[in-house]
Amino acid sequence: MKHFGIVGYGAYVPRYRIKVEEIAKIWGKNPEDYKKGLLIREKSVPDVDEDAATIAVSASLNAIEMAGINPQELDAIYVGSESHPYAVKPTGTVVAEAIGATPNLTSADYEFACKAGTAAMQTCLGMVKGGMIKYGLAIGADTSQGRPGDALEYTAAAGGAAYIIGSENVMAEIEETCSFTTDTPDFWRRAGQEYPRHGARFTGEPAYFKHVLSATRMLLEKTGTTIDDYDYVVLHQPNGKFPLRAAKTLGVPKEKITPGLLVPEIGNTYSGASILGLAAVLDEAKEGDRILMTSFGSGAGSDSFSIRVIKKKENKHPVKSYVEKREYLNYGQYAKHRRKIRM
Amino acid sequence: MPHRKSLSLVWRRYPQRYQLIGSKCLTCGTHFFPPRDFCPKCRRKGEIVEQKMKGTGKIHSFTVVRVPQEGFEMEVPYVLAVVELDEGPKLTAQIISVKPDEVSIGMPVKMVFRRISEDGDSGIINYGYKFEKA
Ligand SMILES: [Zn+2]
Repeated sequence: MKHFGIVGYGAYVPRYRIKVEEIAKIWGKNPEDYKKGLLIREKSVPDVDEDAATIAVSASLNAIEMAGINPQELDAIYVGSESHPYAVKPTGTVVAEAIGATPNLTSADYEFACKAGTAAMQTCLGMVKGGMIKYGLAIGADTSQGRPGDALEYTAAAGGAAYIIGSENVMAEIEETCSFTTDTPDFWRRAGQEYPRHGARFTGEPAYFKHVLSATRMLLEKTGTTIDDYDYVVLHQPNGKFPLRAAKTLGVPKEKITPGLLVPEIGNTYSGASILGLAAVLDEAKEGDRILMTSFGSGAGSDSFSIRVIKKKENKHPVKSYVEKREYLNYGQYAKHRRKIRM
Repeated sequence: MPHRKSLSLVWRRYPQRYQLIGSKCLTCGTHFFPPRDFCPKCRRKGEIVEQKMKGTGKIHSFTVVRVPQEGFEMEVPYVLAVVELDEGPKLTAQIISVKPDEVSIGMPVKMVFRRISEDGDSGIINYGYKFEKA
């Protein structure tokens, strides 16, 4: 029987971290308000020479290593990000050249706030199923920025994951995927603006919860499954609180959600967030395990997936190794890393 | 540095800078980086083909840069090293994710893909190889 799904995956998280206390101190805030309110302790910070393209390349090389394919076999590369290094010039071209996939392939950059990476996975899956391509590479990578002093500054982090989608040598079958999309003004960044803005009253109920819950319920209905049929659940994680509350509403026990909940230690990696959580779960899942993943992108939409592990492949660069390799920065060093000071 | 050179020259070097693509003499097995199309040992008998380097090697020598050149102000102090690749060729590259006092001659390193420089706020971003502790 032919399976369509994940042939290999790779993760990458920069090694630098800043603690909530360090940011709160600068703005005269009480760190406990953020630690308890957002359930976040620290966040990842990219090095001065890292961006969404370099993170995408690192994650992709790990995915290619696991898949054991020749990069020349990749027929499509889609990169989802809200921090593409160029406004005009595709990140996908840099990635394709750096991993040795050029020139016989198609590529485009995706944008849909934090769910651009799962949209890329859906595109690749459709193309593989339709017989247009042999292997597709779907990436979500970000180096997100919050305006200094804004609540987003405590969570906006950096990281990414890459998935090779195909129908040969599949390690995890994507059994079903579906999406829920509306026009909701919860978060945006106008062209030419450095930092995003958010419609505070929209961020919770009408945006995150409505879309995540609707897409997840749609998937359960479409597949005729219940939460009990899944061993793990991964939800988009803009902070620690939202996914735990959505899980509670859906009746997901805590032990099924925590393995894919990385946000308390690395922050919100935006396009990387749900798929890094999925990678962490795939690292520890056994053959036969079923995973439910639902992403969320402001604007707004959610993509939901039912995934079953069919053949375990060893990850030589597990998510855990990136989460645990950390070096702390003070706010001054952080400002330098994030180019908040300009020379 | 690349941002001082013409865009077309930089572009022609993408395969070397992005993927460490050099060359190799099939006659005697010598590897070249940057790529050469002539083997000085075998001369007319040499047969040269394109060859990607594995990206692993060790530090041959290094220096700590404290007074940066233009465009590298944010990165000082940084380590600049001559890396001897496992295939033999030597190249100069920045060593990242280490403090200057943690670097030593013979330290094993591996290639990573990073931003090298950018041509101001509106110009091209130059990407390429740097090395970190293996
Ligand atoms: Zn020769």
